[in-house]
Amino acid sequence: MRPSHKSATLLVLIPLILLAPVFFPSSFYYRVGALIFINGLAVTGMVILIGYAGQISLGHAGFAGIGAYSCALMPVHWGIPPVLAAVFGAVISALLAWLVGRPILRLKGYYLAVATLGFGILVYMVLTNETWLTGGPDGMNVADSGLRDLAKSLGINMKNSEFWYWLCAIVMVAGVWLAMNLQDSPTGRALRAVHGSEVAARTVGVDVARYKLQAFVISAVYASVAGSMVALQNEFVTPDVSGYMHSIEWVTMTVLGGAGSVLGAIFGAAILTLLPQVLTAFAEYEQLLLGLIMMLVMIFMPDGLLPSIMRRIRGKDE
Amino acid sequence: MSALLSVEGLGISFGGLRAVHDVSFAVKPGEILSVIGPNGAGKTTLFNMISGVYRPGAGRVMLNGEDVTAMRPDLLARRGMSRTFQNLQIFQNMTVLENAIAGFHLTESGSLMADLLRLPASRARARTAREGAMRLLERVGLERAAETDAGNLSYGRLKRLEIARALALDPKVLLLDEPAAGCNAVETEEIDHMIAEVAASGVAILLVEHDMKMVMRISSHIVVLDHGEKIAEGDPATVSRDPKVIAAYLGAEAGEETDA
Repeated sequence: MRPSHKSATLLVLIPLILLAPVFFPSSFYYRVGALIFINGLAVTGMVILIGYAGQISLGHAGFAGIGAYSCALMPVHWGIPPVLAAVFGAVISALLAWLVGRPILRLKGYYLAVATLGFGILVYMVLTNETWLTGGPDGMNVADSGLRDLAKSLGINMKNSEFWYWLCAIVMVAGVWLAMNLQDSPTGRALRAVHGSEVAARTVGVDVARYKLQAFVISAVYASVAGSMVALQNEFVTPDVSGYMHSIEWVTMTVLGGAGSVLGAIFGAAILTLLPQVLTAFAEYEQLLLGLIMMLVMIFMPDGLLPSIMRRIRGKDE
Repeated sequence: MSALLSVEGLGISFGGLRAVHDVSFAVKPGEILSVIGPNGAGKTTLFNMISGVYRPGAGRVMLNGEDVTAMRPDLLARRGMSRTFQNLQIFQNMTVLENAIAGFHLTESGSLMADLLRLPASRARARTAREGAMRLLERVGLERAAETDAGNLSYGRLKRLEIARALALDPKVLLLDEPAAGCNAVETEEIDHMIAEVAASGVAILLVEHDMKMVMRISSHIVVLDHGEKIAEGDPATVSRDPKVIAAYLGAEAGEETDA
């Protein structure tokens, strides 16, 4: 047990968030930063699922879709304020994750991967095809959340991009705080026991199915809130928010950065969100380079970027 | 005193092969019952049926007067059954201390919300479990390795860690599958003392062990299996003189020689 783990993670994360804007050449980078935090929130949920409980999902963008479209649809049809709609969206995602998770979490490894992928694609298809409700592939507007006006009335006057940078940062840090609390808690230990050895976990009394389901539901809520943040920030959604490429991106970010730690996964999210921006300089070789970098990292750093780097630093100290 | 754990006519077949057939015995509180027999006699299979890993094809398992045949291992744990494994089942992704704390799952776990928000109730439960785990590690002599990753421990020490984790459940019935395998003479003796101590506190112990000296020394009762069937039963002195037992062991050795 490393009780200082949580404080260490927050001590690294918060100064980075506070200092980063000093180096931003233009306000465009606030948008990139906000995107990193939104991905960071989703991958924090993935760490609970993959890193703690040892399960996989290639369909979590489906829950992001539910979070995003809740913010779009509920204000129009039921007159619910967009921010409250995000909360309801998270509740719906949790219920759906519970319903879907019960049967499919009996599956293991690549069977589970395919089943969750199917779920994600199903959500994407519904959002794309039910044009009468969702506007189809063209997407739909999301009502102004009023959060910026609220901030203004409190005397905080920022540009839109800056405002969302800070708001997404706060939401992500809250998510990280919860995930770090969980890690060293009895529930976190039970989840990691399931990951370590299901047979032994059962022997000490862990209801394996129940804990897998908990991890699945919690990570679905993270993905849902991430989707809601996208919708509220852009004031516009398309079914793309639930596209399976996002699910795969999140898993890649988590594994690339280091699935075992929240900080590692957020590092992975930052790298994979930034790299395409940097690699645009190489124009048509962008995708090629991105793929190559990912392959090299996984071959030479199978534990993920951050754990491997940390080990190298510690190794030199000795 | 009535039996804490009893099996009645237990049997299982794998693809037509009778792995265990019609085995019955009972263990009372404070008793150490050892199951012995040549390799492949069905000892571990018997263990896996009792502990809910395999569903028995015939017979039943009674725990504290309740029929627990084919019950899920986590529910058996709630009813006071705990076990170790022949091929270690350690949480390699945790430290030694965390492995021991995991044994306290049933007393440590509570509301998910309390854990997410790290409420005082959650912290208190975790602290109690941690203290209990530390005491158990001291008991098995692993307190100095508490913060080590479990994967870095030697085989003999992992065996002791598994026993500590099993004891964390404060079991009424403890199943030990070859606890001394891979341990040196000193370690074996330590484990030996520990088992006797646990039994003396009123726990019913079911033991599978290859170290005959250990079995003869600590068992109150011995059941001998051969080809999945019980061929003898009794106290150590009686069993060791039983011609069928001697034949089974000699036969097995002779068979191994012809194989080679």
